[in-house]
Amino acid sequence: MRALTWNDLLFLPEAARWTVLLSLMAFAGGGLIGAAIALMRVSQSRPMRWFAIGYIRVFQGTPLLLQLFLVFFGGEMLGLSLPPLAAATLGLSLNAGAFLGEIWRGSIEAVPAGQVEAARALGLRYGARMLRVVLPQALRVATAPTVGFLVNLVKSTSLAAIIGFVELTRAGQLLNNSTFRPFVIFGTVAVIYFLLCYPLTVASRRLERRLSAAYQR
Amino acid sequence: MNYTFNFADIWAARDEFAWGTLLTLWLSAVSMVLSLIIAVLGALARTSGPRWLRAIVAAYVEFIRNTPFLVQVFVIYFGLPAIGLRLDANVCAVLAMVLNGSAYSIEIVRAGIESIGGGQIEAARALGLHRLQAFRLIVLPQALRVVVPPLGSQFILLMLNSSIVSVISADELTAVAQNVQSRTFRSFESYFVAMGIYFALSMLFSGAFAAVERFAFARPASR
Repeated sequence: MRALTWNDLLFLPEAARWTVLLSLMAFAGGGLIGAAIALMRVSQSRPMRWFAIGYIRVFQGTPLLLQLFLVFFGGEMLGLSLPPLAAATLGLSLNAGAFLGEIWRGSIEAVPAGQVEAARALGLRYGARMLRVVLPQALRVATAPTVGFLVNLVKSTSLAAIIGFVELTRAGQLLNNSTFRPFVIFGTVAVIYFLLCYPLTVASRRLERRLSAAYQR
Repeated sequence: MNYTFNFADIWAARDEFAWGTLLTLWLSAVSMVLSLIIAVLGALARTSGPRWLRAIVAAYVEFIRNTPFLVQVFVIYFGLPAIGLRLDANVCAVLAMVLNGSAYSIEIVRAGIESIGGGQIEAARALGLHRLQAFRLIVLPQALRVVVPPLGSQFILLMLNSSIVSVISADELTAVAQNVQSRTFRSFESYFVAMGIYFALSMLFSGAFAAVERFAFARPASR
């Protein structure tokens, strides 16, 4: 065991960059999957709707940690051993896709049915109807809960530590193993997460308030 | 793909899986009850306590909700022995789950309390009800209707999150899956089965909570 130095603690914000990167990549991946799931969930085709419902249920109804394990070890089983960063990004994206899909479905359904009917009556096809009429309106509703979900996503990236990816939590763990100063180290780790997440929480609340004010008029 | 599935080793470990499942349920239930007790006190403090107490509760809720559960688990598991408190891994697990769960539950209960306008209580008092009667007959039935559905989802989230305490070797379901896979090298099968059990549990509970809502809160309580 050795003493904890300032340089050690500086290792933490450095590792936090990986947390940010992982969050961004998972948000990008989850966003693509979530958009597909949301569109399938509101589509006319029954098999598509069922697939989307099943996808959302499975990913929301099982622990994220096990989903990460299955991606990590499942890849190994298929003979392509994914490096921890890739496994974590894939696992988090699949999971985020379910949550974003459900959030965005709600936003799409919040657009009044009359809008779709009017677009149809004007002769707009599916693509134009979605892109020009439904989605721009859904976007307003979706922003606040999406930003709120980002908080969860950032926190979830800590689970990548368990499959061995060195992000903020894992860095704290490594540091604690060699110096054993748990309160200082994990306290600092927690504060860094808080600094990442709290602005998002506040932003999400503000957006929500602005939106509900807009709807009251 | 040249991998052959083999669930024989998993079937041989079925007792372990069953005990792990029971422990998961037990940890979740104990944590839920304890965090509900804290939540009621916390929500009361948050809505009608002195200003300094409100600030403390608010800070607690915000800090817990904006940091990862895994880090909270580490603070408790590594931190308590550092100050001379050696606790069983399962006790640490419950502590972490209560610490985390109560922050979320405080917000749920607070929303329930705040959903009932002060006018209702004033009206009840004006009609001659005691404070306790007003609470029991007016506030509680309405607050429960607001609070029970999110608490149901909160329980399921707590149960799914409990898989994370496997990192401190509490021997709940996920830890069982890890033990079995490290012994048999059947990682995929092992995690797949554990995932199936969690899925069945969350479907079961969400069905049960939906049924409770339908029967208990279907019609506005009249009388």
